[in-house]
Amino acid sequence: MCALPTPWEPLRRVAVTGGTHGNELGGVYLVRHWLQAPGELQRPSFSATPILANPAATAVCRRYVDQDLNRTFTNTFLTSKAAPDDPYEVTRAQELNQQLGPKGSDQAFDFILDLHNTTANMGTSFILEATRNLFPEATFSMHLCRYLQLQSPELTYSILEYQAPGETNGLPSVAKNGICLEMGPQPQGVLRADIFSRMRALVASTLDFIELFNRGTAFPAFDVEVYRILDSVDFPRTEDGHLAGTVHPQLQDRDFEPLLPGAPIFKLFNGKDVLYDGDSTVYPVFINEAAYYEKSVAFLKSRKLTVSVPALPALTAAPTLAP
Amino acid sequence: MTSCHVAKEPIKKVAIFGGTHGNELTGVFLVKHWLTNGAEIQRTGLEVKPFITNPRAVEKCTRYIDCDLNRVFNLENLGKRMSENLPYEVRRAQEINHLFGPKNSEDGYDIIFDLHNTTSNMGCTLILEDSRNDFLIQMFHYIKTSLAPLPCYIYLIDHPSLKYATTRSIAKYPVGIEVGPQPQGVLRADILDQMRKMIKHALDFIYDFNEGKEFPPCAIEVYKIIEKVDYPRNESGEIEAVIHPNLQDQDWKPLHPGDPVFVSLDGKMIPLGGDCTVYPVFVNEAAYYEKKEAFAKTIKLTLSAKSICSSFH
Repeated sequence: MCALPTPWEPLRRVAVTGGTHGNELGGVYLVRHWLQAPGELQRPSFSATPILANPAATAVCRRYVDQDLNRTFTNTFLTSKAAPDDPYEVTRAQELNQQLGPKGSDQAFDFILDLHNTTANMGTSFILEATRNLFPEATFSMHLCRYLQLQSPELTYSILEYQAPGETNGLPSVAKNGICLEMGPQPQGVLRADIFSRMRALVASTLDFIELFNRGTAFPAFDVEVYRILDSVDFPRTEDGHLAGTVHPQLQDRDFEPLLPGAPIFKLFNGKDVLYDGDSTVYPVFINEAAYYEKSVAFLKSRKLTVSVPALPALTAAPTLAP
Repeated sequence: MTSCHVAKEPIKKVAIFGGTHGNELTGVFLVKHWLTNGAEIQRTGLEVKPFITNPRAVEKCTRYIDCDLNRVFNLENLGKRMSENLPYEVRRAQEINHLFGPKNSEDGYDIIFDLHNTTSNMGCTLILEDSRNDFLIQMFHYIKTSLAPLPCYIYLIDHPSLKYATTRSIAKYPVGIEVGPQPQGVLRADILDQMRKMIKHALDFIYDFNEGKEFPPCAIEVYKIIEKVDYPRNESGEIEAVIHPNLQDQDWKPLHPGDPVFVSLDGKMIPLGGDCTVYPVFVNEAAYYEKKEAFAKTIKLTLSAKSICSSFH
């Protein structure tokens, strides 16, 4: 997998995807709105395309029909020969790959912003999927996050780095650059006005950033804290695999706060506590996310580290405005 | 010889239902836990049976398979001829009616507690179906007093057209227990603890009642449903406005005619309207989008109960 260079041409082909999980309603309602009123997504040098990524799941307000769409963008699924009994999401991933990719090629879209909600108390988070190193693959996306944070310095935005074991499999990985915007807490099947309007404002600022870049703005190097996802911790279970307890009240809603060895992480139904038995402090995220029960994940552990993001150089040629 | 106004038969058979909606997890896991370790819910002289009402929906972690189990316990559905063509939940309702009812007979269970969660910020809520039931008003008064200072609200759904045929309605004394906010498919420890306490106090009340304790006359504040309000929708039925941030999470708080209730996707504020103050509940409940209910309006009332005691003493 070759490292993708930072863009040296204006970004023209940008997509904003919602409903990748059909019950995460922020993106669903935003995309539906933009499909009727796309003006909001237009900028002088480009227009972003709104896409409802998983229409069948959205129609029944479920995460997916056959399998998680946001894990289906692997080479194997994308290049397999289409068959009539393929899982719905495999067919859909191949369609999206046609429209926004092909993944890894020069024809792929320049940027995908993929909109998500979580039941976890993660506020506003950005998730970057990387195969090995963050840079230069994620330079553009990291500068985007920085720009968004500087627009709202009073709010806390968190950056999560997910290192895919092997190849990337999320929707943003189809384009040359991409990122997931994850906002919570919001229950599945619920649309909260506060989350909806903040998500909408973040999309607008994202397009403003791309416009600034397209006009030849340079962005200097900077240091930033990121949370690098390590591994997951499952719920306590009985011998036959059923839940024996749930996330402890002292861990619930404490995403991004340090978890020390010996701190309680689960409360069993019989009243006992289960303590964290790792040997170093970790930063838990996606604590008690509804969709992760079936993935055997009660929370993900992450390590907090400071990364140095290289400068994003200005485009040398003056950009031509979109016709 | 007692001074008690109303003597009632002692309570013998109690059931605790979980999983009537398969993705409302607190009831599911409390019942599953009590099925393997029921010590906590046992009281001398009382049969307390925990039961999963919609196992197929629980298995798929979804609200229902074919239709909402908690809306089909009317006599028409319960009396239909059993057939493979009936929706799963109607067939299941007939089985449950056979095990715990039949509805409207003397053989049914005395009390059924039906455990639910909501995505709305309703805290601990008890649901009453009959405004003139002294026994349940006394029980609710006892639970509310025992839970204090943790708030406990009482929702009265005794309304000619808005009341619905609940799973628990096959018992003589049906009790709805609703705790939120909790997302569908999530199990929160704090919510579990609250629901557990509600059941504990309810069972303590029944035990005390059976032991001959007299409960003096009491009064409780209840919120009675008067109307359901849908989301504003366009011609194709799509939602055009969402619950306004000022109303979000404000269940049980007074709402006045000029107060915002919705905000449209293009930023327009829509006020409550009308001419009286109401108390909103089930504000932004996920499962009610398809039932066309953004919130329900209630009015505050006081219900009184006469003193009660068990006729056995």
